[in-house]
Amino acid sequence: MHSRGRLCHKGNREANMSKVIYLDNNATTAVAPEVVDAMMPFLRDLYGNPSSIHTFGGQVARHVERARENMAALLGAEDPGEIIFTSCGTESDNAAIRSALACYPDRRHVVTTRVEHPAVRSVCQWLGQAVPGRPHYRVTELPVDSQGMLNLDEFKAALDDDTALVSVMWANNETGVIFPVDQVGALCRERGVLFHTDAVQAVGKVPMNLAKQPVDMLALSGHKLHAPKGVGALYVRRGTRFAPYIMGGHQENNRRGGTESVPLIVGLGKAAELANQRLDDENTRVRGLRDRLEKGLLTKAPAARLNGHPDYRLPNTTNISFEYVEGEAILLMLNEHGVCASSGSACTTGSLEPSHVLRAMGVPFTAAHGSIRFSLSVYTTPEEIDTVLQVLPPIIRRLREISPFGRDHLSAKALDSRQT
Amino acid sequence: MWDYTEKVKQHFLHPKNTGEIANPDLDATVGNITCGDALRLMVKLDSGGRIGNAKFQTFGCASAIASSDALIELIKGKTLEEAQRVTNDDIAAYLGGLPEAKMHCSVMGMEALQKAIAQYRKQPFDLEEEGKIVCKCFGVTDRLIEKVVREHNLHTVEEVTHFTKAGGGCRGCHREIEAIIAKVHGQPSPAPQAKAPAPMTNLQRINRIQEVLAAEVRPLLQADGGDVELVDVDSRRVQVAFRGHCAWCPVSDVTLKGHVQAKLRELVDPEIVVEDVGEHLKNV
Repeated sequence: MHSRGRLCHKGNREANMSKVIYLDNNATTAVAPEVVDAMMPFLRDLYGNPSSIHTFGGQVARHVERARENMAALLGAEDPGEIIFTSCGTESDNAAIRSALACYPDRRHVVTTRVEHPAVRSVCQWLGQAVPGRPHYRVTELPVDSQGMLNLDEFKAALDDDTALVSVMWANNETGVIFPVDQVGALCRERGVLFHTDAVQAVGKVPMNLAKQPVDMLALSGHKLHAPKGVGALYVRRGTRFAPYIMGGHQENNRRGGTESVPLIVGLGKAAELANQRLDDENTRVRGLRDRLEKGLLTKAPAARLNGHPDYRLPNTTNISFEYVEGEAILLMLNEHGVCASSGSACTTGSLEPSHVLRAMGVPFTAAHGSIRFSLSVYTTPEEIDTVLQVLPPIIRRLREISPFGRDHLSAKALDSRQT
Repeated sequence: MWDYTEKVKQHFLHPKNTGEIANPDLDATVGNITCGDALRLMVKLDSGGRIGNAKFQTFGCASAIASSDALIELIKGKTLEEAQRVTNDDIAAYLGGLPEAKMHCSVMGMEALQKAIAQYRKQPFDLEEEGKIVCKCFGVTDRLIEKVVREHNLHTVEEVTHFTKAGGGCRGCHREIEAIIAKVHGQPSPAPQAKAPAPMTNLQRINRIQEVLAAEVRPLLQADGGDVELVDVDSRRVQVAFRGHCAWCPVSDVTLKGHVQAKLRELVDPEIVVEDVGEHLKNV
């Protein structure tokens, strides 16, 4: 991410590591124990190359294919052959964008949004730069409204005969806001434009049925859905023109060179199978925990506001701004309680400005600096949510006591008097 | 991950000097909430003219709060003359060092102290009030930039950003910061680029404007997520529309005059006037 700080570190207090409350699952997730178990044989004994002609190597190929089937099932894809395994979500995004441009060389326009992950945004910005020796692209970065939503009329107006590709994320990593991929895809079909979506945050959290949804390419990442880091996938609808990003051998049906990372692919396949089973849990129990956390914080901490649309959102994500305090300070104090979250504040973005997503939404700087994102997972427990609800409001109060601003908001009483 | 010393963490988690003083003798605030950090320093002098009591209020990250607390530990009991000699390096050293990108937190402490003393003595606070603002995003003057470049022997814009935040926003002032660095180190300023020969025909001027926008202006804006498009040229009146970040950037007018117009004047025609005719999303 550009790059929201993800700060979770218990310093030297190793003894407390077991008490970590991990609410930063949009940054990365724990590898599921079942995934580790599924991978182990391929790290130890079954080390063969799936392309080999002998039985020892060749036998692992069917495990790769089984993983492909599991992933196709999670996405609701028509055919497992539509799945290409890659090294990560960023590679998948790069491969999709560059393939689209290579396959439609006469078109020089790309449509995307201001709130994309850097895996898409930085590629598009690079395309838009005038560099001698390579084609220059017109890049339309569509704005979002104050709730992080795309305006479909504006989107439609941005498409023209020169548009080679539309790249709009399925769900935003910072706010969890879900984009209208069906409508975006339908408008792309009307105009005959390729539609790619970065679904790194959405896969495993949102039910998908790509056989019926108008998506041409979709990027996903393993480590966001309880598989290890270092593996991802790109869905390419059958019949879509495709030019490989990484050239080499004939692997992945000539679409991605390089010997398959069999253990990681098997792990991703297992993670896909688990995610499919847990989709209901994610959308009921996890959503319930998220809602409880969100409502609790907005009630208990004065001058707090939700960033992002309250309904069109991933079930696991909440992004709350605590005005008049600074995000990094909040995170460091949460860290003392073993609570891991992230912030869009300037101090944690690695730049001096707050998150590009919050700025695109027009969140005032006074609030953007104090934004905290909690992202839950199927492993989150009610007790963990209780702990956060207990420790965070006093942290906000403490920092406001130190701050020269927002001194009217030191207690819940101040909030009550504002509401009446 | 945090790269803070135990001392920074200690002064952040358990600051000793937060709070307010009724009727302080010295009271100064530097920074503001928009920029992401601000420090209010209050001082009460004792009968001997020494700093008897001092408190701070700080909005900012852990190192900003720790730097504020450290500042007060360093100045307590000192006369104003003695306190005035406390530098940002003293603050950083007291904390066992600060990550390089956080040095501006210690500079903020030094600034608050200097400002409080200047105001108490009814003198102008030169780092803020004199000189000209170079970085519009964070309101940093050439005086402060010169001071840190000289005192810390800085050689790159990035280093200046670490110490003052200057140049960390729209980047429109990077050339100016480079010129200040060169000046302080006694080097000649980067040579101004040769002016395009005049007079030009309208057609030549339009072509030249397009070239300069493509080669000199747009790449810098695009690097920051923004862009500018040429809408129309009427003799020396150039109409443009901002795109991307620039369309809603709060300081796009600064970019318009300070970057787009300045470049076109430098490289095309010194009498060019640039107007923004794009719809300004920031006002919607």
